Amino acid sequence: MPERIRHLLDIESLNTEQITALLDQSKPFQEIQRMPLKKLATLRGKSVAIAFFEPSTRTRISFATAAARLGADSMQLQAETSSLKKGESLLDTVYTLEAMKPDCIVIRHSASGAPHFVAERLPVPVINAGDGTHEHPTQALLDALTIRDRKGRLEGLHVTILGDVLHSRVARSNIHLLAKFGAHIRLCGPPMWVPRELECLAPNLTRVPRLEQALEDADVVIVLRVQLERIHGPALPLEEYILQYQLTEARLRRARPDAIVLHPGPMNRGIEIEPAVADGPQSCVREQVTNGLAVRMHLLYLLIGGAPIDSPGAVHAAD
Amino acid sequence: MLLIKNGRVVDPASGTDALLDVLLVEDRIERVGPALTAPQADLFDATGLVVAPGFIDLHCHLREPGGESSETIETGTRAAARGGFTAVCPMPNTNPVNDNAAVTRFLLDRAASVASVRVWPIGAVSKNSSGETLAEIAAMQQAGIVAISDDGKPVATARLLRQAMEYCFPLGLPVIDHCEDSSLAAGAVMREGARSVRLGLRGMPAATESICVARDIQIAELTGGRLHIAHLSTRASLELVRAAKRAGLAVTCEVTPHHFTLTDEDVLYDARYKMNPPLGSRADREALLAGLADGTVDAIATDHAPHEPALKEVEFDRAPFGIIGFETALALALEQLLHPGRLSLLRLVELFTTGPARVLGRSRRLAPGEPADLTMFSTELEWTFRAEQSASKSRNTPFDGRRFRGGPVATIVAGRIVWQR
Repeated sequence: MPERIRHLLDIESLNTEQITALLDQSKPFQEIQRMPLKKLATLRGKSVAIAFFEPSTRTRISFATAAARLGADSMQLQAETSSLKKGESLLDTVYTLEAMKPDCIVIRHSASGAPHFVAERLPVPVINAGDGTHEHPTQALLDALTIRDRKGRLEGLHVTILGDVLHSRVARSNIHLLAKFGAHIRLCGPPMWVPRELECLAPNLTRVPRLEQALEDADVVIVLRVQLERIHGPALPLEEYILQYQLTEARLRRARPDAIVLHPGPMNRGIEIEPAVADGPQSCVREQVTNGLAVRMHLLYLLIGGAPIDSPGAVHAAD
Repeated sequence: MLLIKNGRVVDPASGTDALLDVLLVEDRIERVGPALTAPQADLFDATGLVVAPGFIDLHCHLREPGGESSETIETGTRAAARGGFTAVCPMPNTNPVNDNAAVTRFLLDRAASVASVRVWPIGAVSKNSSGETLAEIAAMQQAGIVAISDDGKPVATARLLRQAMEYCFPLGLPVIDHCEDSSLAAGAVMREGARSVRLGLRGMPAATESICVARDIQIAELTGGRLHIAHLSTRASLELVRAAKRAGLAVTCEVTPHHFTLTDEDVLYDARYKMNPPLGSRADREALLAGLADGTVDAIATDHAPHEPALKEVEFDRAPFGIIGFETALALALEQLLHPGRLSLLRLVELFTTGPARVLGRSRRLAPGEPADLTMFSTELEWTFRAEQSASKSRNTPFDGRRFRGGPVATIVAGRIVWQR
């Protein structure tokens, strides 16, 4: 039995046993998404605080839906935190939330380490739903689930991560997760966003400056969203980015014929990804969204500790 | 009258390191010698202790006026006394900024009534430290400042620095610069490197500091003025200062205990590890240790930067820079420099006394006629630093709970014991 986790703050501190268990145990929750009645009663009476200190719709809805499908209530807090605006401190905000006695807090924040800061101070399990430019652990789990479903394994796969790796929490979590399982990871993007220091993150990590080379024989291509709002200082002209780093059908032919393409969403069609690729047979974008629900349901179930579900159908309830 | 018996007198000015007695009369040193007697004097048994000239801290923030919830002249100087410092130089970035004689006089008046140790204020280079026009420097000097700096930020332009150094030359005031290229530092909260990339925190490269050090040294060469580099933290900066000294320029520098003790690898999501300049690489730390030993570094300065808990108990990105440092400075120097044998006791004392004094154009001696400012410390005393017991109003330090071998034991200012362990 892997060591039990109390929070999900990052992928870096998990071991392969723990990750394997998280992925394996998400399987039954994947099945629930295919059922006509998708609601369980297993977390009935429990409540989840979903505190988003950064604008987001997709991840927030995914967590709220996951909580609802487990029968839990959710309290949602959407706070604008421009670093210049001085309002209530994060500590005061989470103490307020804590006073409402949630069984778990899901937090997204624009500052790296904010979920760690909260977890150190509260007795409640904390799930990191993305912190600054640090990690986005549930995204890496749902990506790994998607890759495993399609490829049957993570070990030894050639994975190309494309885009602004330096400022991407999705990339960091994916790098940590995939490297732990011995995937060969190639990073490609504008050089200022793929600095040498990234190679220190994990073993089996190489930087490949030219996209054509980076895609050679790839099994998996993870395309990162161009997040201009997160870039400090002068950004690269978009036309330059498209010219050199857009994943096009023509470029994707360099990868293995059965290669799959992942994108964390929301996509900027025509910028980091050509529409034909986004909608093409190799794209897993929609599976990723569905798997996100499964991973998040399982995590809430695991961290809050609901009734056992050996067979999801058995506890099926429409309340 | 106070007779300090049987101490190990360490006086860098004369190269003395011997078991001697020191007799203080009123606020002056009366005699230094073996087996002194003075029947009317109070006795202080300094057996096993080092007796040194009073320590000077060239760089601190006392937050008064304007930031009294984080520190005051009273609490800050009490913490300084507990750290063995007999004189501290508060930076002018208060509210209002110490950019005119009225503020300087306010500081010295407050100090005269509440301070435990001597307060030697540093004035601003520019009005409101805004980097545009020179502050009222001569007027502040007449009121009592000992140097000028726009600390918290660099002297804004090469032109302003040039004016300041030319203007200050006949006044004999050093210009202290917080060296930072603002464009590289923008938005950064720690040193750029493997650790910043791992934590997803924005980093500034080491060159952020050394680019500005190079600019400053060239202005020092141009003007012949006296330049002091504050809290120097990188190997490249140190090499620039070393070369400038070799070329005979009037360039000096200070290093903080946290920069010679910690590196960026120690940084956690905990704002007690957030300071500016940020903690550097292992190679930087090694270079600083070497520079402290070989004389390139002139002084150890604390950059004591108190912030009340509400300011530091926030997300790393949002927290202000800085940590408190008075009470751990000597103990860290003993731990990092003396005990591993990197330098001698004489050299260590120099870094706290004659070194910083020379930066200010002063002397520091344990000799008859000198002010009776003395620092007594043990190199062996085992103790644990507890931030909650600090005299400072703030608790922001990564050294809370650290066990030390050696530290301050008594601090004497103007012949009076202002603190004793």
